[in-house]
Amino acid sequence: MIELFVNFVLFTMLVLTALAIVRIDRLFAVVMLSGVFSLLSALLFVTLDAVDVAFTEAAVGAGISTVLMLSTIALTKPVQKKPRHNALVPLIVVGVTGATLIYGTLDMPAFGAKDTPAQNHVAALYLERTPTDIDVPNAVTGILASYRGFDTLGETGVVFTAGIGVLLLLSGLARRREEEGEEQ
Amino acid sequence: MSELFDLRFLADHAHYFLFIVLMMTGLYIVVDKTNLVKKIVGLNIFQVSVFMFYISIGKVSGGTAPILPMDDKFHVDTEAMAGIAYSNPLPHVLILTAIVVGIATTSLGLALIVRIREAFDTIDEEDITHIEQDMTREDNAKHGNAMGGMA
Repeated sequence: MIELFVNFVLFTMLVLTALAIVRIDRLFAVVMLSGVFSLLSALLFVTLDAVDVAFTEAAVGAGISTVLMLSTIALTKPVQKKPRHNALVPLIVVGVTGATLIYGTLDMPAFGAKDTPAQNHVAALYLERTPTDIDVPNAVTGILASYRGFDTLGETGVVFTAGIGVLLLLSGLARRREEEGEEQ
Repeated sequence: MSELFDLRFLADHAHYFLFIVLMMTGLYIVVDKTNLVKKIVGLNIFQVSVFMFYISIGKVSGGTAPILPMDDKFHVDTEAMAGIAYSNPLPHVLILTAIVVGIATTSLGLALIVRIREAFDTIDEEDITHIEQDMTREDNAKHGNAMGGMA
């Protein structure tokens, strides 16, 4: 019962943060609030028993992505303009999408149920065999690095590609700025 | 749809509904706001809500984090394991991968925004559309006749 209460308090704070992000025009405040959002979601991950996900989210979501966004607004403009299009259309789009998704969740098993398809497939096997196969106490590490090591290898490939992309996009930024300065 | 008025059913599914509310807030930011940095923030909110939804599928009520007990020789203590309910570790692994891939794509998007600002001197979507329309109009005025009235 107390768990449910904690979850709902966290949800309220998450929704309030998200609404504040919708309302605020100064991008610095928006970026800071998105860091707050990540930290609150890390807390929610802890109550959902996903401690590894929680500290990755706290480090990556609240840490690295905040730094990246701050450096982006340092290179661009810090204030957003008011949109000039009709405000009603996005609300309708979001309302219809949300209603469809909620209709989809009606068929889902109850939150926290033990006999769902997700619990009855390989997960139990992983928990059972991790002590003998890998002998590390953290089952998540066992799956990440051993049972599903190829997933992690593929992830490395994606991160490498994205890194090359960022380097190609931003290389020569300072040089081009200097040249522009000389022309003016 | 009659189950929507059953309290027990609502309590079992309330988490999913709340994740979707958060998701839709992110989607609203992406669709409504024209500033590109804010759109990326909206995408991040959407993404984290999907992560929470996915993790919640692996939650077992009364369960604990999937970290196994150890004996005094630093091996997993299989006897102490018996009788403890663990939440499903598989969604955790998949979402760990997704978080790292998410930050990679976010950084790529932000780098694109920096380049867009360099080329257009603005990061507002509507401004960029106007500039592009002006450029097309200029092109038409210059080369329209040679292209047969269209460019």
